[in-house]
Amino acid sequence: MATTSFKDRNLLAVIGDEDTITGMLLAGIGNISQNQKRNFLVVDSKTPIPHIESIFEEFTERKDIAILLINQHIAEKIRPTVDKYERAFPALLEIPSKDHPYDPAKDSVLKRVQKLFGE
Amino acid sequence: MSGTGPRENIFPTRMALTNTKLRLKGAQTGHSLLAKKRDALTTRFRAILRKVDEAKRKMGRVMQLASFSLAEVTYATGDISYLVQEQAKSASFKVKAKQENVSGVVLPAFEVDRVPGTDFNLTGLGRGGQQVLRAKEVYAKAVETLVELASLQTAFMILDEVIRATNRRVNAIEHVVIPRLDNTIKYILSELDEMDREEFFRLKKVQGKKKRDTEAAEAQRKLLEQSEDVTSFIPEIEGGGGDLLSSKDEDIIF
Repeated sequence: MATTSFKDRNLLAVIGDEDTITGMLLAGIGNISQNQKRNFLVVDSKTPIPHIESIFEEFTERKDIAILLINQHIAEKIRPTVDKYERAFPALLEIPSKDHPYDPAKDSVLKRVQKLFGE
Repeated sequence: MSGTGPRENIFPTRMALTNTKLRLKGAQTGHSLLAKKRDALTTRFRAILRKVDEAKRKMGRVMQLASFSLAEVTYATGDISYLVQEQAKSASFKVKAKQENVSGVVLPAFEVDRVPGTDFNLTGLGRGGQQVLRAKEVYAKAVETLVELASLQTAFMILDEVIRATNRRVNAIEHVVIPRLDNTIKYILSELDEMDREEFFRLKKVQGKKKRDTEAAEAQRKLLEQSEDVTSFIPEIEGGGGDLLSSKDEDIIF
């Protein structure tokens, strides 16, 4: 089951635009592992979508990440992959960014909440 | 009645009936227990659902505030994003998972685990140090909110999954297992009744046959008794044998 190995998950990971990443890193979540793997990815308009997807996959596969934060407008770019993701660990959280205010209607989790409430 | 629905393929005996009845009882107990579990989980689930909804909306506001403080930093210091990205080495802001138990379901809850000290001691040394410091604090607060939300969301995901599994089980027991056992019991009962009737019929038959036999024997006997005096001497007429020892045979020389 998914609950077996969450004891050693203690990192947060971010996929976001430059400002979000900067803020998160200031808060102190940045981590570079021994094999030079970062736990954050800066996405700008030039980042190819397959690259975002592969990083998303990599973060969800890593065993030391407890929470994966992703900017909503970036999640929107790889929406099929995000919607397909249903595991409990790492927890996937869509966060707003500076230029893109938060839209609850697009969140994959809130969509499920809405569906369960039958609205 | 029986044989209408699916039933288990067992031999209809009294022992099988007892066993099946026991199993039906067990299934009913299990059903009520699972239903209770489902209700408890659903209550919890609804509470979490409401909290998730609330927290998501709160997050929007908090993140806005955070971006604003970062804008202040950029205004005072200039663009520090590259610097910050390069200086990040090891996380001082981590999370710790602890467990919570809701009717046998382990729900993880993340807790913020901050280590004092940071990688960015020199950031904003020239100017805007105050703003950088504030941005750090505001972002740390924001991330704390996010962590809280994440644990709620994880609990939500896990509970959702578990509730679905429990529902499946409850429905399976209610609509498959219990009717099946019911049918089996009905089948065994009807088979046993059938066997009873057959046995009864057989006994009746046997009794009838015995009666007929005794009657026939009686009739025979009476008939015999009636003709007793007529037929009593017949053996003497027919009995060509006689006693060989008492009569002398003239052909015998010795």
